[in-house]
Amino acid sequence: MYDIENYYNAETIKEAVTLLKEHPEARIISGGSDVLIKIREGKLAGTSLVCIRDIKELKGIIKMDSGDIYIGAGTTFSHITSDPVIQENIPVLGEAVDQVGGPQIRNIGTIGGNICNGAVSADSAPALFSLNAMIRTADGSGGRTVPIHDFYLGPGKVDVKPGELVTHILIPEKEYTGYHGHYIKYSMRRAMDIATLGCCVVSRINPSANILEDIRITFGVAAPVPLRCVKTEEALKGSPVNEKLYQAIEDKVREEIHPRDSWRASREFRLQIGGEIARRALERTVELAAGGERK
Amino acid sequence: MKKERVLVQCTVNGKEVAEYVDPGESLLEMLRNRLGLTSVKKGCEVGECGACTVIVDGETIDSCIYLAVWAEGRNIRTLEGLEKNGELTRIQEAFIEEGAVQCGFCTPGFIMSATVLLEKGEVLTREAIKKQMSGNLCRCTGYQNIVNAVEKVMKENADQK
Ligand SMILES: Cc1cc2nc3c(=O)[nH]c(=O)nc-3n(C[C@H](O)[C@H](O)[C@H](O)COP(=O)(O)OP(=O)(O)OC[C@H]3O[C@@H](n4cnc5c(N)ncnc54)[C@H](O)[C@@H]3O)c2cc1C
Ligand code: FES
Ligand code: FES
Repeated sequence: MYDIENYYNAETIKEAVTLLKEHPEARIISGGSDVLIKIREGKLAGTSLVCIRDIKELKGIIKMDSGDIYIGAGTTFSHITSDPVIQENIPVLGEAVDQVGGPQIRNIGTIGGNICNGAVSADSAPALFSLNAMIRTADGSGGRTVPIHDFYLGPGKVDVKPGELVTHILIPEKEYTGYHGHYIKYSMRRAMDIATLGCCVVSRINPSANILEDIRITFGVAAPVPLRCVKTEEALKGSPVNEKLYQAIEDKVREEIHPRDSWRASREFRLQIGGEIARRALERTVELAAGGERK
Repeated sequence: MKKERVLVQCTVNGKEVAEYVDPGESLLEMLRNRLGLTSVKKGCEVGECGACTVIVDGETIDSCIYLAVWAEGRNIRTLEGLEKNGELTRIQEAFIEEGAVQCGFCTPGFIMSATVLLEKGEVLTREAIKKQMSGNLCRCTGYQNIVNAVEKVMKENADQK
C-alpha cells in the first residue's frame, strides 16, 4: 500500500491546472516510476497526488506544419522509440530513451516525468539539450516556453512553478534538419542501471568540404545539471573532420566537464570515460552523416 | 477522503472484474489479494526485479509500481490467463524443457515478458532477446537457459510461417 493522502485525477490540462491550484501541496504523478519509488522510500510518504495519465492531450508525437516536432509530456519511452516521426527526424532521442531501465520501465516512464524529476542521470536529457529542445508549460494563463538549458535549476530542481505542468516538448525544425546525433550511456552494469556518465553529440557536417559546421555536446552526470560543453563546441566548429578533431574533442571535453567522485565511479575515471565517449559519439555522427546505417 | 475506496472496472484474463480499491493500492496488491492471482510475485516492490510483471493493454509493466486505480477500463493479463483447457503454452513448456526454472520465483514474470515478445512475431538475436528480458531478474539460473527457451520458441514460430 502506498502512503497517499489524497488522490485527484485530471482528465484535461485545464482540470489539472485547477486541481494543482486548489491543492498546492499535491504533487503531479504521470508514469509514477520516480514518484511511487519516493513514496515507498518514505521521501514523499503521505503526499497528495494529481494524476495526469488520463489527459489525452499530453500523449503522442506530431510533426507540425512548421516542421517542429511536438512530443507530449505524457508520452512513454517505448512509444517515443517506436514512433515513425522520431525515427525519421530525430532518431537519437528514440535511441537514448531506449536505454532507460528495462522494458517494463520504458512502458510506463514518460519523457515529461524524466525531465521534471530533475535527475542528472535522466537519459533523455543529453539528447534534448543537444537538440536545443523547448519546454512548454500550462498554468491556466497562457503558460511559458523555456529552453531546456534554463529548465534545469539544480540537482532535482527544475523550472516548474506551483500550479503549473509541462504539456509538451518542442524540437524546432532548424535544430535537427541536417544534423545527426548519437548518445552513449556508460553504466557499470549493462542493463537496468542508471548512467555513470552519458554523452550526446549532435553534429552537422559539410560532406563535400569535410568540415564540421556545427556541434553540440551534452553530458549527463558530469555536473549537478546536464552540461553543454560550450567551450569545446566553439573550439571545434569549422574544423576539418580528421583524427586531429577526434583528439581535440577528447582533450577539450576533459578540461570542461566537472564530474564528482561517487560510489559509482571516481572523478578520474569519469574524466577518462568522458573524453572517450565524446570522441566515439562524434565519430558515429560522422559515419551517420556519410550515410552510415542506424543500428 | 483518505480511506474512501474507488471502483475499478477492468478485464482480467478475459473476465470483467469490478473491485473497490484503495487509492494507494498497487495493481500487484489488487491482483494477489483481491483476485487471488498469486502468480504475480511480490519481489522488490520498487520496479527492479520484474517478478510482478503483468501485461496491460499489450505492454508489460511492473504491477508493484502501478496503482490499481490506473487499471480502470484496461485489459490485464497474468500467467493464470495463459493456459488453455489446462494446457501450458509453448513458451511455458520450453522453460521446462530448457531447465529455465529453478526456484521458480521469477518465472511468471519472465513468461509474461516472453509472451509479449513472442506475440510480436519478430525474430531477434540473442542480444536483443536479453535486452527485452532485462527488466526481469533471476537469482538462480544465470539467464542462459531462459534465453535458450525464448530463442527456441521464436525459431519454431518463424519456421511455421
Ligand atoms: C527500476 C527503475 C529503473 C530506472 N532506470 C532509469 C534509467 O535507466 N534512466 C532514466 O533516465 N531513468 C530511470 N528511471 C527513472 C524513471 O523511470 C524516469 O525518470 C521516468 O522518466 C519518470 O517518468 P514518470 O512518468 O514515471 O514520472 P513520475 O514518477 O510520474 O514523475 C516524476 C517527477 O516529475 C514530475 N512530473 C511528471 N510529469 C510532469 C509534468 N507533465 N509536468 C510537471 N511535472 C511532472 C512529478 O511530479 C515528479 O516529481 C528508473 C526508474 C526505476 C523504477
Ligand atoms: S516486485 Fe515489482 S519489480 Fe520487483
Ligand atoms: S529461478 Fe529462482 S529466481 Fe529465477
